[in-house]
Amino acid sequence: MRRYVAGRLLLMIPTLVGVAILTFVIMRAVPGDIVALKYAGSPVPQSVIDDERHQLGLDKPMWAQFTDWMGEIAHFDLGTSLWTGHPVVEEILVRFPLSLELAIIATLLAITIAIPLGVLAAVRQDTWTDYAIRLFSIGGLAMPSFWIGLLMVLATITFFGWAPPLVFTAITDDPIANLSQMVLPALSVGYRYSAVSMRMTRSTVLEVLREDYVRTARAKGVSDSIVVLRHALRNGLVVTEQVFNLNGIGKLLVDAVAHRDYTLIQALVLLLASVFVLINFVVDMAYVVLDPRIRYS
Amino acid sequence: MTELARPAVRDADDTARRRYLESTGRRRFVRFWREFVRRRPLGTAGAVLIIVMLLTAAFADRIAPYDPVEIRFSDLLQGPSFQHLLGTDPFGRDVFSRIVYGSRTALLVGFSASFVGCTLGLVLGVVGAYFGGKVDQLVQRLMDVLLSFPLIVIAIAVVAALGTGEDKIANVIAAITVPIIPRVARVVRSSALSIVNMPYIEATRAVGSGAVRIMFRHIAPNVFAPYLIMLTAFLGQAILLEASLSFLGLGVFEPTPSWGLMLRGAGMQFLEQAPWLAIAPGVAISLAVFGFNLFGDSLRDALDPRLRTA
Repeated sequence: MRRYVAGRLLLMIPTLVGVAILTFVIMRAVPGDIVALKYAGSPVPQSVIDDERHQLGLDKPMWAQFTDWMGEIAHFDLGTSLWTGHPVVEEILVRFPLSLELAIIATLLAITIAIPLGVLAAVRQDTWTDYAIRLFSIGGLAMPSFWIGLLMVLATITFFGWAPPLVFTAITDDPIANLSQMVLPALSVGYRYSAVSMRMTRSTVLEVLREDYVRTARAKGVSDSIVVLRHALRNGLVVTEQVFNLNGIGKLLVDAVAHRDYTLIQALVLLLASVFVLINFVVDMAYVVLDPRIRYS
Repeated sequence: MTELARPAVRDADDTARRRYLESTGRRRFVRFWREFVRRRPLGTAGAVLIIVMLLTAAFADRIAPYDPVEIRFSDLLQGPSFQHLLGTDPFGRDVFSRIVYGSRTALLVGFSASFVGCTLGLVLGVVGAYFGGKVDQLVQRLMDVLLSFPLIVIAIAVVAALGTGEDKIANVIAAITVPIIPRVARVVRSSALSIVNMPYIEATRAVGSGAVRIMFRHIAPNVFAPYLIMLTAFLGQAILLEASLSFLGLGVFEPTPSWGLMLRGAGMQFLEQAPWLAIAPGVAISLAVFGFNLFGDSLRDALDPRLRTA
């Protein structure tokens, strides 16, 4: 058991190193670095460009840049953004509360809708209730969330003559103004999450309802509540994973790539990959704790 | 040795047997779909949507009333009317015609990305499961890396490295293929693992079949059901991804008609003034993805005996 956990932990290292190398190589293979993009089209002497590259350390050989970066990572230093000059940690922390708030509201919303509907669909499998619920959930997966957002803005403008304000109000300043701003994004993101977890809830309950299947699970030493719990856990984790993939931080990443802000890109990709790898680790560990077959082998 | 394993059969018998197998195969195929239509109304609805989309793409030049890229300054931003069913965009291009032609882009990207991604995933999954040990470890770690890599970075890198433009749809396809591979490889590997140790594989090896023959002649056909399910599921996802990438400005480029691209520029800019620009392409994307998802879901239920209603 202890060896299994240690093994799983060790396996995270090659994955993350692979991600680090790949990000590093890919971004440098893309034509144009930050200095070239900054001065594109303007008549700046080559010496200025060379100076700036030197200052940013972009004139060093690739392997030296890579080992420098790895050295920083080993000291938990994510470096400074090439574009803004602020520490990368700051850049991320500025956006994090908003992402997190949206994530929490959307997830709560998603689970409130998804679990009762998912259970209902499973219990009434292959009836019109089931079909209606599945249509609703597959629809959520089919509509791009940016489009749902667009439609919601359109609807509020047309029917209520109200548009969400463009300036962000923090929840600590004015909770009501803040929440009214969060409603639309939370709904458009939450609908998508609810679609994902509704399907999972439905198939989990279906599995539990299949008596043979539950009997087999029991024979294997798993109790029903654990079957459900295990799936519920997976459910929650998938949602978390999506949150980290898409919101706020995602926008930062798109901008960083557009600027060829190497340090910010590398830090973000590594961060996202770590979250992903950690989530998978937690899932595997949950299996170990809940499923005696893995625990004793 | 081969004589023992495969007794020589006279030619006539062989053709007769083949004919018999083919006919029952066809009968089973027909029976499967008849059952599918009868018992799975949602899946059938999905299939109908897919067929409509395929026909639209095939006959786009007959269905579309206008040239999708022709700019007409006399018809800027017109609302829906009998001349222009879904109105026109700020370049005077007919939105309905662009949607009709957009189905070609969506299907091309969707089919190619899903097919290439699922097939590469199948190969990697089967190879990993068959060889096990170090090969398996290597493949799995590689898949982990791809899996934990944000799609946006892959897309931007591929698009930036290979260039963009009207004729560069292949780059968008490549960017969308990458994230599909590891997801398929994982599922295929776990299905293949349960087959690798079966006695018939052992028997095939004893008869003298090589690794390649065992993998692709004896293991691959048995993981075909999950492959097919994933192929339809990822088709929808690939269409959605193409739309999202084009919306972000990283996918297909003007003037190629693409649904995501139509939402990007004018759809956002003229939201209040010309809402049809934002509504129509979104409906097209959603219906297409919806069709593939509905069909894929029902196909999974029909092929996976565990989920079948007793």
